[in-house]
Amino acid sequence: MGRTLFEKIWDEHIVASPEGEPTLLYIDLHLVHEVTSPQAFDGLRLNGRTVRRPDRTLATADHNVPTDPISTPVNDPVSRRQLEALEENCHEFGITVFPRGHENQGIVHIIGPELGVTQPGMTIVCGDSHTSTHGAFGSLAFGIGTSEVEHVLATQTLPQQQAKTMSVTVEGKAPAAVSAKDIVLAIVGTLGTGGGAGYVIEYRGEAITDLSMEGRMTVCNMSIEAGARAGLVAVDETTVDYLRGRPGVPQDEEFEALANHWRTYVSDDDAVFDAELVIDASKLVPSITWGTNPAQVVALSGMVPSPDEFDDPDQKNATERSLAYMGLTPGTPVRDIEVDVVFIGSCTNSRIEDLRAAAAVVEGQRVASSVRALIVPGSHRVKKQAESEGLDKIFLDAGFEWREPGCSMCLGMNPDQLKVGQRSASTTNRNFEGRQGRGGRTHLVSPAVAAATAIKGHFAAPSEVGP
Amino acid sequence: MKPVRVLEGRAVPLERSDVDTDQIIPSDWLKRVERTGFGRGLFSEWRDDPSFVLNDQSYVGASILIAGPRFGTGSSREHAVWALMDYGFVAVIAPSFGDIFRNNSSKQGLVIVQLPQVDVEGLIQLIKDDATRLVVIDVDQLRVEVPEAGWQRSFELDPMTRERLLHGWDDIGLTMRREAAITKYETTSHAPTLVGVFDSDGHAR
Repeated sequence: MGRTLFEKIWDEHIVASPEGEPTLLYIDLHLVHEVTSPQAFDGLRLNGRTVRRPDRTLATADHNVPTDPISTPVNDPVSRRQLEALEENCHEFGITVFPRGHENQGIVHIIGPELGVTQPGMTIVCGDSHTSTHGAFGSLAFGIGTSEVEHVLATQTLPQQQAKTMSVTVEGKAPAAVSAKDIVLAIVGTLGTGGGAGYVIEYRGEAITDLSMEGRMTVCNMSIEAGARAGLVAVDETTVDYLRGRPGVPQDEEFEALANHWRTYVSDDDAVFDAELVIDASKLVPSITWGTNPAQVVALSGMVPSPDEFDDPDQKNATERSLAYMGLTPGTPVRDIEVDVVFIGSCTNSRIEDLRAAAAVVEGQRVASSVRALIVPGSHRVKKQAESEGLDKIFLDAGFEWREPGCSMCLGMNPDQLKVGQRSASTTNRNFEGRQGRGGRTHLVSPAVAAATAIKGHFAAPSEVGP
Repeated sequence: MKPVRVLEGRAVPLERSDVDTDQIIPSDWLKRVERTGFGRGLFSEWRDDPSFVLNDQSYVGASILIAGPRFGTGSSREHAVWALMDYGFVAVIAPSFGDIFRNNSSKQGLVIVQLPQVDVEGLIQLIKDDATRLVVIDVDQLRVEVPEAGWQRSFELDPMTRERLLHGWDDIGLTMRREAAITKYETTSHAPTLVGVFDSDGHAR
């Protein structure tokens, strides 16, 4: 019997599989940021341990950085201390680090791929649940907690139970108005927040392989929102073309030889998955979340649901609570809901392609007077690229704020936060209560829908914007 | 971590599904570089509400949390486990858990008891009927009971997690026994490293 892509990568990374114990898995690349690492470095010092492979470890500041101009100091002393601690720890243990303002700094899941250090067939971990993003490159990438961060720093391995495999096939061509974000919102909406628990998902089908690497990253990014620790896409020419010429990969013949090896990172034709889900791409539509978990998805053209639509008492109860928190009335057309803030950014949707999609909608328009709209590019490289294409000017002319890179309002750790009762259209990954700021109400959307919403002041499709 | 064999304490029911780690410990608390003191931030967005169950005097001092399905989903923040333990919880009982949260708990010695939803609901009713009832969790026998009510259920833990809890083993120490295997693996692996990619200031070469 053939093997799935996940099984191939797993098998290649087994260090030991002792009887009655989890498999000891080798980790090729460990990405580190300031929030989930300081206690891990402390643990190393406390036990007189060191970092086994600084050459397989890369750090960046992202979660906690302000997005004000780099020349502005970090005002919050607690945040500043954490950012300093990352630099100190990396210098002490010999790890390459990109502090705030460094040309390579950015959201950890943006910079790994754009620097070409994320490569097919690798095992990649990071103390962040959206590490699944890197699976777009045919790598096994998953989020870990701080104890596991310490474990990987010390041993470059992790004890792991082998996950089950699930194929999610998005069959056929997606309509032109449907973005990668809409595809993954549909998947999460179908699986529910726990449907992927215990599985590694492989995304397959024409609508997936038609996506650019940016789009595939958006899809893999939100695997955790369906409960799956990892999601991946098989390697093809789109993968290889994206990586060619990046700083982390070799050049010329050496690259082509490596690329030939990468092309083996696909599931065998006769591989069997433990679970399968098939979604008809032709039925997909631009989508939005209405509630407080990412599986509470509805069509942009739809209406706020009613608790009466659910038979399960748990779901009925959760729906009532979500509606109350979100301040929504069942039956309200989604397009009638007004927003206060539009946020375009995060490891889900802050790559160059996302900014291009938003700029195409915004060009020549004005942000509605009632709306605060922010663009936070995923990295300094993305920001620079966007500026070279003149996108910053399009956004600034329309009334958007053009900020410095970081996680920003996705998780509301830095000063970019919603105020109590404010409603956002956000290109991020989580609409949890208080996620973007205490009492804030988050609706997850694609960059194009976010851009159209900024212009109209209520949820809107890009087709509604224009003279 | 400290060995854990038998836990005994009062319980508090948190009757909500999808309690994600952002609810357990909001991100504002994640700026700290310490591992302690997170108890004050536990469920902090809900604790201002006088009707929130942790503010109910009859549950003060409870050390076992009973919750709805999909507890601990979302962000990988281990701070969620630190907050629960710092507050005084030693175990969480629920129908299902987020995978990363479950892992993080096992590293800190927070005992995760997964029971069928109907049993969790039954247990919640017993506690709501009488909040002074003691719940006993036996990690060795993989059993949870309310002795006073004659209620008892078995639960599962993966064998290694059970061993580690019972002995208080440090995961890194256990892995270090495999040092020779790790070194051997490294001599055969061809996975690229970062050597030569960046200069000492982190600029791409």
